[in-house]
Amino acid sequence: MAHNLLISGGRILDPSQRLDKVADLLITDSKITWIGDKGTAPHKPDLTTIDATGLIVCPGFIDLHCHLREPGFEDKETIATGTKAAAKGGFTTVCCMPNTNPPLDNQASVDYVKKTAETEGVVRVLPIGCITKARQGKELTEMSELANLGVIGFSDDGEPVTSSRIMSLAMDYSRALGLPIIDHCEDKELSDGGFMNDGWVSARLGLKGIPKAAEEIMVARDIALAQLTGARLHITHVSTEGSVELVRHAKERGIAVTAEVTPHHLTLTEERIMDSQPKKHNQLAYDTNAKVNPPLRTKEDIAALIKGLKDGTIDAIATDHAPHTSVDKMCEFGLAAFGISGLETAFACLMTLVHCGELDLMTLISKLTCEPAKIIGTKYGGLGTLKPGCCADITIFDPSKEWVVDSHDFASKGKNTPFDGYQFTGKVMATIVAGEIVYRDNSK
Amino acid sequence: MKTTEPSSSVTTPEAFPPPSIGAWQHRHILDLDDFTREEIELVFEIADAMAEILTREVKKVPTLRGKTVVTLFYEPSTRTRASFELAAKNLSADTVSLDASKSSIAKGESLVDSLRTIQALGADVIVMRHLQSGAPYVATQYIDCSMINAGDGWHAHPSQALLDLYTIRRHLGKLGGLKAAIIGDIMHSRVARSNVWGMTIMGVKVVLCAPPTLLPRGLNSFITNCKLPNVSIETSVESALEKADVVMPLRLQIERQQSGLLPTLREYVQLYQLTEERLSLAKPHALVLHPGPMNEGIEISPEVAHGAQSVIEEQVTNGVAIRMALLYLIAGGKNK
Repeated sequence: MAHNLLISGGRILDPSQRLDKVADLLITDSKITWIGDKGTAPHKPDLTTIDATGLIVCPGFIDLHCHLREPGFEDKETIATGTKAAAKGGFTTVCCMPNTNPPLDNQASVDYVKKTAETEGVVRVLPIGCITKARQGKELTEMSELANLGVIGFSDDGEPVTSSRIMSLAMDYSRALGLPIIDHCEDKELSDGGFMNDGWVSARLGLKGIPKAAEEIMVARDIALAQLTGARLHITHVSTEGSVELVRHAKERGIAVTAEVTPHHLTLTEERIMDSQPKKHNQLAYDTNAKVNPPLRTKEDIAALIKGLKDGTIDAIATDHAPHTSVDKMCEFGLAAFGISGLETAFACLMTLVHCGELDLMTLISKLTCEPAKIIGTKYGGLGTLKPGCCADITIFDPSKEWVVDSHDFASKGKNTPFDGYQFTGKVMATIVAGEIVYRDNSK
Repeated sequence: MKTTEPSSSVTTPEAFPPPSIGAWQHRHILDLDDFTREEIELVFEIADAMAEILTREVKKVPTLRGKTVVTLFYEPSTRTRASFELAAKNLSADTVSLDASKSSIAKGESLVDSLRTIQALGADVIVMRHLQSGAPYVATQYIDCSMINAGDGWHAHPSQALLDLYTIRRHLGKLGGLKAAIIGDIMHSRVARSNVWGMTIMGVKVVLCAPPTLLPRGLNSFITNCKLPNVSIETSVESALEKADVVMPLRLQIERQQSGLLPTLREYVQLYQLTEERLSLAKPHALVLHPGPMNEGIEISPEVAHGAQSVIEEQVTNGVAIRMALLYLIAGGKNK
């Protein structure tokens, strides 16, 4: 018998249809079947109703970039815990990076992730395959086979392909497959083992800096190669004003480039490493939870990133969820792992931009839904939209609910967040994947 | 060189400890950025009393009897370590000396675990040298006993900056209004960074002078953002030395050349070595300090290192008095 779920009385916000109105939404099995005025839904037997009065109902969030750590680093995260964290954060689809052990450079590994996600995952998991074998930048993976298994693109993640020749070949190959090359842009020789943004805070703290140019050089190279090959290029976690300029210029010239930015690069600066926040004491923090690659930059970069989101230069917001154990972080700054556990704070953290008037809600939701869906393509059905007939992936949130981040409450194994103790306004109240409620906030 | 003793600051035993000790707030000494002028003056006042003890035949007082001072060094060090250990022993503290390369740390124990263990053994003060900037800041979040930073990476070396200032003041009788030129590997120097704070607090103008590749790129905005108008940057050593009262060449590690930061050591010597000729550009009786260990013939010529204006050896002696003062303030002062 068909399973019917009515979401009643919520404000439906769907950027894919420019829809913003109070309405009811009906789900039958895994599909959205109807949107209409409150109380006018077609009569269904066995109807379950969710009262969404005062809440906002939007397409489920899509994260183009996260690290689920399985296989190989199950002490940091598993597909089970990572997808629970995703559900709590309002994400119904997550794309996982291939820097596992073994890496996702072969059929068996990709298959393992897919099968594990089917049995243990609570949201949709779409793997990203490696560009080169063992992420060594030397030989291409069997990209066609990985494409057949459903990877949404190719990336060597934190070990970007150094050789421009190999990268150009990867782009030639991926163009034929219609999938993007997804690049973490970093000239590792220039960043040279640095720990944080190269600027006044690194000078103050005596920490080795990573110049912005280390990112921009690689963005420029990749854009040149995308132009050369005609391939699709997706640039991950853009963090500098210069990178935004490069992507904007490339788009103006019609090069097939897209870009993402993370919630932390949109809201925190390099100063967060120095200052304990919320201010607990005056002592320098050297906060390893704010150590991330690319590093947190400056307020000028934040302004450029927000402008880039608004004018479409930056297509999507992705978490770069990078869970680590306490051992990886409870140590000297220089020895700590890079990365932020971001799935469970992403949305609330982004809402601060809405509340302070930097970003309108429709734009924000588009960057989490229909825009990343365009990058994934149509292979997985209609994602990132509430159009009837499409997959019932839905996020319900309360834009004005106040809460305080407590990393102990994370579903993720990674408690490494620079937002611990922050008060946010805006919270995910329920997450629905293919018609199933996978998360509900039970707090008052 | 002759010492001009500022007679007013010699503390008589009756006036010890000085009443201003009541304002002492620091549980740890991690850097000088959170010190006030009064606190630095207090350290000097107590160091004067300690220096007097060091002139006695029996250089020992019972002040820290029953207290345990642990020195934990993750980096090789001769003078700083010996200086702290002698300072602790002169105050009758029990001392334990841990060498990170020869202990469980070498077996992979984390910093926090090591420190918790040392604390559980009964340490009252941990004196730590670490090769990672910020290590003592992380450490103090997890331990209750006091910590003195004996140098963390490129970041800070507060006892060194205090002994530098103390030595300068003993010779020149004052600090306010002086000009100091710090020359050399500013990028990697915790001594330079701590002196920027200490000298600024005491009213000394600081010129940081280095080849462009040994200056942190963010140094200018660091000076602006931290509101340090008395600190300036120079790449020409001749300009930096002009009218300087104090000249401090920094140790140049040979590896800096090997990693490409300098074309050759020869060129560094030609452009930056503190020679007698260059020193003559500073004020006639300018003091020459060096945090040690020296590379004679690289950043400083042997003639200058051992010349009439050099107070380098005296820095070492003063270091013991300063560290006795710090240990006293951290571990003993409150009990008096």
